Amino acid sequence: MSAGAIATDAPRGEPPLPVAHQFDDAAQQADAASLGMWLFLATEILFFGVLFFAYAVARARFPDAFAAASRHTNLLLGTTNTAVLLTSSFTMALAVHAAGARRMRAAALLLTLTAAIGVAFAAIKLTEYALDYRGHLVPVVNFAFDPRYAQGALLFFWLYFVTTGAHLVHLSIGVAIALTFAWRCARRAPGRLPEQVETAGLYWHFVDLVWIFLYPCLYLVART
Amino acid sequence: MTPSDLVAPVPSGAPPEARPALPHSYLTEGTTLRSWLTTTDHKRIAILYAVSITVFFFIGGAAATFMRLELATPAGDVVSAETYNKLFTMHGVIMVWFFLIPSIPATLGNFLVPLMIGARDLAFPRLNLASWYLYVGGATFTIIAMIAGGVDTGWTFYAPFSTLFSNTHVIYVLAGVFVVGFSSILTGLNFIVTIHTMRAPGVHWFRLPLFVWAQYATSAILVLATPVLAMTLILLALERIAGIGIFDPALGGDPLLFQHLFWFYSHPAVYVMVLPAMGVVSEIFACFSRNPIFGYRTMAYAIIAIAVIGFLVWGHHMFVSGQSMYAGVAFSLLSFLVAIPSAVKVFNWTATLWHGRIRYDAPMLYALGFVGLFTIGGMTGLFLAALALDVHLTDTYFVIAHFHYIMVGGSVSAYLGGIHFWWPKITGRLYSDRWARFAAILLFLGFNFTFFPQYLLGIEGMPRRYHAYPPEFQTLNVLSSAGAVILALGYLLPLIYLGWSLFRGRPAPANPWNATGLEWRTSSPPPENNFDVRPEMTEPPYAYREARLGRDIVEAREGTQ
Repeated sequence: MSAGAIATDAPRGEPPLPVAHQFDDAAQQADAASLGMWLFLATEILFFGVLFFAYAVARARFPDAFAAASRHTNLLLGTTNTAVLLTSSFTMALAVHAAGARRMRAAALLLTLTAAIGVAFAAIKLTEYALDYRGHLVPVVNFAFDPRYAQGALLFFWLYFVTTGAHLVHLSIGVAIALTFAWRCARRAPGRLPEQVETAGLYWHFVDLVWIFLYPCLYLVART
Repeated sequence: MTPSDLVAPVPSGAPPEARPALPHSYLTEGTTLRSWLTTTDHKRIAILYAVSITVFFFIGGAAATFMRLELATPAGDVVSAETYNKLFTMHGVIMVWFFLIPSIPATLGNFLVPLMIGARDLAFPRLNLASWYLYVGGATFTIIAMIAGGVDTGWTFYAPFSTLFSNTHVIYVLAGVFVVGFSSILTGLNFIVTIHTMRAPGVHWFRLPLFVWAQYATSAILVLATPVLAMTLILLALERIAGIGIFDPALGGDPLLFQHLFWFYSHPAVYVMVLPAMGVVSEIFACFSRNPIFGYRTMAYAIIAIAVIGFLVWGHHMFVSGQSMYAGVAFSLLSFLVAIPSAVKVFNWTATLWHGRIRYDAPMLYALGFVGLFTIGGMTGLFLAALALDVHLTDTYFVIAHFHYIMVGGSVSAYLGGIHFWWPKITGRLYSDRWARFAAILLFLGFNFTFFPQYLLGIEGMPRRYHAYPPEFQTLNVLSSAGAVILALGYLLPLIYLGWSLFRGRPAPANPWNATGLEWRTSSPPPENNFDVRPEMTEPPYAYREARLGRDIVEAREGTQ
């Protein structure tokens, strides 16, 4: 570990970046953090993969019921939420950019905005759940459906609640992460924050991407 | 380094018979319980894992002891059928998830991966400690649930029995295994990042010891397969609690879907248990034959090939479950394919021994035992991969014998071989080689006495998972139960002489086997930061040709006297 290696990683005029004892320099630490997040996202793909696989199996068995059930989802709220979440990914991308340019106040604001849009998504989603309840679409609690399609539709709505529920849990974690880094960006010198915000951004975009796949699977089956 | 450097200075004023003090090392950085429970040092976390898996191993072994006791007579007279079901479930759950999967990766892997690549620690030390807490928390919770009430589904949790019919603590056990799964995922992630980003100068990919290659492939499996188990267990729990129907044919679901998802994880998990063992054995063979590994690159590629093909064979657990016949044919072919890289490894180990100066120290005996038992277990695996034969052998003791040869005969032998090989490095002390060799031989004999009769029982058609059986199976069952006593002694002996070594053993030199590898270049036990001087790798691994001309193992070990 040479002092020179550290100094070159920090922009001129700033103190050398703190490096954890196991790393040689800040670049190695940044590489490790980034690779760690990518690997974690790989595990997340497999995690959600089970649900998509179960969906594929059930839909192949009940194509008509899945089409009928999908028409009962709230297209307006689902589509609005897709737009909302894409917007949040845009503000997250801007936050990563701002942090990279060491504009920490801007980064803090954009991260807060991202978290706020995330909360808006959750609020819309919960509203939708309430409407689903009124439409007698919640399995076990009050499920009622056209008897021709009831069996397949029940599976559809189970998968609907499990997948969107798992997604909502991930989104909530994302909101907590965004707020944590907003707080840090507002209060601290850049230090390692630019790369940390970038890593947090990877997670946020992943959560967004899961929704991009959920949206057509749940809302757009046979809706032509 | 002269022999006198290797002897720890005896503190003045201490009585001469007091145990020799060890030099300053990671073990002396803090001696309170708190210092151990809050450590982020990969070497200390490895020891936390070693202690916990040993405890869990003996709990799982106790369950097996009751099973063998019950099976000593044809009548079900020791425990009830229901208790027997709970016993084999407990044995399976503990041995698979709380012992075998973390055994080599979380203990030896945790200790050695950073040392072997010349790093100061894993990339994420705090995550490493968090993994241990997840592991111990989840495992303890599960074991309490299994002892307090028990679970009778078998470790496979097949639906619809586990979702609709079992009246036992299924949910708690699912929750515990789910949590332990995250410990696996995070350990795998930590290893992959470490191996990618933290190699010392000169440690190229094709200079990595095969042990590191094996840990890398194992980690990839842990990272890619375990999340599938996690979500599958969530679905199973939801099915049991709320009846979502995805695994229930009456509600339009499919119980086979559960089996597909379960084995998509659990077959690769078998390779999580055996690949690290192969890594350990490669290190030991090279050292004790004083030869470089024959075909190093093919060995590395074989490890990767086994890991990749291992993801594509899960359907061979389901030949008689009603899956498509064509799927069965494909899975059968792919299962045969795994035998190719596995055989490459066995032949290369054999070729490594050729013209070597072989020494039969304890680690080598364990490693040789591994190869023999792995070969028998692997060959009988081919019987089971053959579609028509599997119809006859499914769910018989043949299957039990097959996977115990791989996992217990193979992996546990290799684990113990690794513990004996690196013991001087880990603890800084030597153990009684005579007792260790005796234990290795006892283990090998006891294992074969226990499990070879089970192959014969399986061919004769004795089904697994029953607490009573027809009298004509008794002779072989008594043989198996008697063998289990010898096997148990083989497991208990190392506890005694290694425990003795821990407190009374002679201090070990830095490199008691005169082995190559960066881990032997630092002191025994290593300092907290692993290396006082950053190591650099200047030659390929296993450069034992040169070592032949120089000192020998004997000289290295005797140098301490």
